Amino acid sequence: MGQTLYEKVFDRHVVREVTPGQYQLLASLHLLNEVSSPPAFEALRERGLKVRHPAMTYGSSDHSISTSGRHDDYADPMAAEQVRTMGRNMAEFGASYFDPAAGEHGIIHVVAPERGLTQPGAVIVCGDSHTSTHGAFGAIAFGIGTSQVRDVLASQTLLMEKLKVRRIEITGRLAPGVYAKDVALHMIHVLGAKGGIGFAYEFGGDVVDRFSMEERMTLCNLAIEAGARCGYVNPDQTTFEYLEGRDHAPRGAAWDRAVIEWQRVRSDDDADYDDRVVLHADEVEPMVTWGTSPDQSVPVGGSIPTVDGDVLDFMGFTAGEPIIGTRIDVAFIGSCTNGRLSDFEAVALHLRDRNLRVAPHVRALVVPGSRRVRTALVERGLDQVFLDAGFQFRDAGCSLCCGMNADRLEGREVCASSSNRNFRGRQGSPTGRTLLMSPVMVAAAAIAGEVTDARQFFGAV
Amino acid sequence: MNRNDIRIHRISGRGITIRGDDIDTDQILPARYLKAITFAGMEAHAFEDARAAAKVQGGVHPLDQARFAGGKLLFVNRNFGCGSSREHAPQSLHRLGIAAVIGESFGEIFAGNCVAIGMPCVQADADTIAALQRINDAAPETEFVLDLAGQTITPGACVFAITLAEGRRQQFLGGTWDPTAVLLAAGPLIEQTLAELPGRA
Ligand code: SF4
Repeated sequence: MGQTLYEKVFDRHVVREVTPGQYQLLASLHLLNEVSSPPAFEALRERGLKVRHPAMTYGSSDHSISTSGRHDDYADPMAAEQVRTMGRNMAEFGASYFDPAAGEHGIIHVVAPERGLTQPGAVIVCGDSHTSTHGAFGAIAFGIGTSQVRDVLASQTLLMEKLKVRRIEITGRLAPGVYAKDVALHMIHVLGAKGGIGFAYEFGGDVVDRFSMEERMTLCNLAIEAGARCGYVNPDQTTFEYLEGRDHAPRGAAWDRAVIEWQRVRSDDDADYDDRVVLHADEVEPMVTWGTSPDQSVPVGGSIPTVDGDVLDFMGFTAGEPIIGTRIDVAFIGSCTNGRLSDFEAVALHLRDRNLRVAPHVRALVVPGSRRVRTALVERGLDQVFLDAGFQFRDAGCSLCCGMNADRLEGREVCASSSNRNFRGRQGSPTGRTLLMSPVMVAAAAIAGEVTDARQFFGAV
Repeated sequence: MNRNDIRIHRISGRGITIRGDDIDTDQILPARYLKAITFAGMEAHAFEDARAAAKVQGGVHPLDQARFAGGKLLFVNRNFGCGSSREHAPQSLHRLGIAAVIGESFGEIFAGNCVAIGMPCVQADADTIAALQRINDAAPETEFVLDLAGQTITPGACVFAITLAEGRRQQFLGGTWDPTAVLLAAGPLIEQTLAELPGRA
């Protein structure tokens, strides 16, 4: 019987079995952010410990960083202190920092892949749930808590139990105007926000095979919202083409050896999965969430269901009403889910030369996932497309995804958002309301001033 | 500073009931406090939004109810601590004096974070949880004894079964729940595993 990628990669990173079923696992890449790492560094200092492998440790300030265009511009002294502390810690312990002062910053889940740090066959950890994003490259990548951050800093290892593996086969053809984000929201809706607990999700099938790396990242990013600790796609030619030539990718003979090795970590054809699910892509429509859990979604043509609890009261919805026509106050395009070049290009395609304007009552933010994404957009003149349409074109960071800098919802504002979580309070206001959807759907809502079907709204391009 | 000699066999104390399924980490600790660079003082913000909301509605949140003051065992329902991987939420509860959480089920990362700070999340079936919450609400002075060795919780004369993943249970019983020292003990094995990774030659 063959093995899954998960088993192969896990096994080669096992240092030892500490207690039955609990392994000491080596992390081959440790990513840090300014929110979960400071207490870990503090613990290291208390114990007089060093970072064991600084060369395998990279950090970025993303959650609290200002997106105003001036990286040292903070209304909130706590945010400023976090970012300053990050720079200090990285220097003191000798880890590599994507320094905002040098314009290298961005969301770590956007920066590490674009620099070629994220590679197949790796075990990648970070004190952030959406570390699952990196699984798109055929890595085991998962979020850890601050004490595990401390452990990995000190020992380059952590304690882990083995997950089960569910193969999710996505087959068929996506209709025009349906994106990886919709596939992911559909998957979460079908399998449930808790359906993946205890599992790693392996995504495959012809739809995933045709996906670009950025689309695969969107899908794996949302694996955590399906309850899976990590999600991954087996590495293939698309993966290798994306990686070749990037800053940290191997070169020359080392590249050739690496590709052979990366092909070996793919799940075997006769691999034994703990569970298998097939999803039909033809059925997927643009999805919109109506609740406070990412599985509470409907196709854009659908209506609000009848549910128990106070979620509809919180959201201000009545059971049976269509989701189309829901008035929005804020539109956010960005995040580690949908803050990459192709996401903004897809939107710009619909805005360019159309004379469309953001509705007067809507505050609309375009926030590139990294400085590199931002620069690429400017080089293509797309910043002007967004500005002309009335969007703010901001600097890189998590921004309104988590509402930890100045970009946040006020009161009960409704936000059409390309991010990943619609939990209460997520976007910075305890009563703020989040509707998750694809970037193109967010753009359509921004212009219409309400939720609309982007396919009809923009027409064929 | 070696905290590894602290074995956790049993935890006794009074209880606090916080009802509701799917209480996520953002509800336990609002995200605006994640910016703090130390955990010191985090207890002041536990359930802050829910406490304020209760007040507005003319009620009192369990954490503000005098009858639950000083409770060490937190009784919750299903999927408690779902959501983010941040340890701020468990830290805020721990610093509030909570020594163990008893519920139907837990967010996985949350439960893992709780292990690392020595605060077990133990599971019981829905009927048991309902009974424990009933007992605690009716008689908040009740002393509960949570026995990790025997896998029971004992309020007064009653005994209920609880469960905890075996690996984690052994960590508490053996005093190896603080993993840094355990991991560092593997020393050369770590470097050997690293050296044997493909592409490292
Ligand atoms: S963009 Fe959002 S989900 Fe992604 S790392 Fe930042 S806060 Fe987390």
